Amino acid sequence: MHTEDSISALQEETFGTGGGNPPVGTPGSYRGQGPIWQGDLFFALSSLIIKDFKIRYRNMSLGVFWSLLNPIIMMGVLTFVFTKVNPNNSIPHFPLFLLCGIVPFNFFTAAWSAGTTSIVDNAGLVKRVPIPREIVPIAAVLSNCLHLLIQIGLLFALSFASGYSVNRYWVWLPYLWTMEVIFICGLSFFTSAINVYVRDTRYVVESINTVMFWMVGIFYNLSIVPQIYRLLYQLNPVAALILAMRNIIIEGHAPRWQLLVQLTGVALFAFLSGFIVFQRLKRRFYDHL
Amino acid sequence: MNIVELSGVSKTYHRHGGRLLLRNRAKEWVSGRRPETFAALKNITFELKRGESVAVIGQNGAGKSTLLSLLAGLSKPTTGSVFVNGRIAALLDLGCGFHPDLTGAENVTLNAALLGLTRKRTTEIYDQIIDFSGIEPEFVNEPLRTYSTGMTMRLAFSVAINVDPDLLLVDEVLAVGDAAFQEKCFRRIREFRHSGKSLFCVSHASGMVQELCDRAIWLDHGEMVMTGAISDVVEAYHGRNAIPA
Repeated sequence: MHTEDSISALQEETFGTGGGNPPVGTPGSYRGQGPIWQGDLFFALSSLIIKDFKIRYRNMSLGVFWSLLNPIIMMGVLTFVFTKVNPNNSIPHFPLFLLCGIVPFNFFTAAWSAGTTSIVDNAGLVKRVPIPREIVPIAAVLSNCLHLLIQIGLLFALSFASGYSVNRYWVWLPYLWTMEVIFICGLSFFTSAINVYVRDTRYVVESINTVMFWMVGIFYNLSIVPQIYRLLYQLNPVAALILAMRNIIIEGHAPRWQLLVQLTGVALFAFLSGFIVFQRLKRRFYDHL
Repeated sequence: MNIVELSGVSKTYHRHGGRLLLRNRAKEWVSGRRPETFAALKNITFELKRGESVAVIGQNGAGKSTLLSLLAGLSKPTTGSVFVNGRIAALLDLGCGFHPDLTGAENVTLNAALLGLTRKRTTEIYDQIIDFSGIEPEFVNEPLRTYSTGMTMRLAFSVAINVDPDLLLVDEVLAVGDAAFQEKCFRRIREFRHSGKSLFCVSHASGMVQELCDRAIWLDHGEMVMTGAISDVVEAYHGRNAIPA
C-alpha cells in the first residue's frame, strides 16, 4: 500500500542520514543555533514594563496621585494612633520616621506580589512566545519602580519640610534601593515559579506581607527590640533598608558597615538562589500553565 | 542542509485532572507513584531541508499543536531530540501578547518586541505593519478593545509576518480577516516561500495549504501515520476519513 511505502521510505531516509537515533529513554533535548529567542532583551523588558505601567494608570482618574495618596493616608493613620490614641513614644519627627518605613514596605509588598503572580498572569505569553522567562517576573518588579520614585520624592519633600537637608550620606540611597530591587527580583523568581505548580503560593506571599508590616519596624525603633530577636531584623533586607534610610535621612550618618554587608549578602543570595530554582522549574511551565 | 531535525521525539503529559494541589504532589512524592501519563506524541522522526515547507495534518487532538510547541522551544520533549537550525518565529495564537487597554500602536510595539525585533527595526517597519493590516489611521491610537475581532487579528498577523524568520510556524491562523485580507496574507506567505524560507504549518488539509507546502505529515493520536509529498498524504488522509457511501 501507498501509505506503508511512504513510511518505510521515510524511515530509511531519516534513520540513515539523521546521524544516530538516541536510545529510548534518554531525556529530551532541544538544540538550536544560538538561543531560541534572538530578540532585543532590553527592548522586550522595557516594553513589558511600559505595558504594565500604562495598563495600571490608564483607567484611573487620579492616575499617579494614587502613588502619593496611599503612603500619606497610612502615615496619617499611624501618626494619629501613635501620637494621639497611644501617645507614649518619644520619637522626634514621627511622620517622617513612619514614612521612612512605609515607602520601602509598600514597594516591597507591591513588587513582590506582582512578581509572584507574573508568570501565571502572563500564561498566554509564556505558552506562546519563546521569550526568556526570566524577564516576566523582572518586568513585574521593575514596573513598580516609578511608583517607588514618586514615593521617594514624597519622602524627600517631607524630610525638607521637617527641616533636614541633603547630606553627603545620601549617595548611599541608590545603592540601598538597588539591593532592595535585586532582593525582590530574587524572591519573585522563587515564588513566581512555585506559583505555577502550587497556585496558593500567592496567598502565602500575601500572608508574609501582612506579617512583615509588624516585623520590619515601621512604627517603632529597632533599638527597642530585645537583643535575642535582633538577628530576625538584621537578616531581613526590608528592615535593614528601613534602618539605613533612617540613619541617612534623619540621623544624618552612614549606615553601619555590618548592615550594608548583610543587606548586600542577603540580596545577592536571594537573587542567585531564586535564579537557580527558576531555571530548574521553568522547564515545565508550559505543561502546567 | 536541514533546518529541522526531530529524532525519536515523544511528549507525554501528566494527567492530574487539573489539580494543582500540594497534597496531590505530596501523595505522588510519598507513594513514589507517578501520575497517569498521556502520550501526545510518540516517537516522531522527521527532517526538513532549508527552503522546504511542510504541513501537519490530522484530526483534533492528534498532537499537531504539541509538535509546534516543541519546535518553537516552548516545551521540552520527554524523549528524543529536537534540532532547529535558524531563526524561528511562531504564529501560534495571533495577538497573544495583545492587551485590550493598550492602543493599536502600543500593541504593535509590544508584540514586535516580544517576537524578537529590535527597537530600531520596529521603528523601521512600523508603517509597513500598519499599512499591511489596513487599519485606518484614526483607529491606530484607539484602545484595542474598541477594535472588531477581524481588525485585531489583522493587526496581529501583520506584526508576526514582518518578523522575517528562517522558519515560520503557523497554527491554523491563515483564515484571518475577510477574503481580501486572506488573499493578501496568502500572497505574503508565498513571497516568503519564494525567498527560500521554510514554513511549518498545521492545518485541516485545506487547498490553500496544499499550494504552500511541498510535504506533509499526517498525525493520528500522536503517531506519524504517513509522510511524503503533500498531494499523496492529503489524498490518503481524505481517503481514510471519507464517510463510506
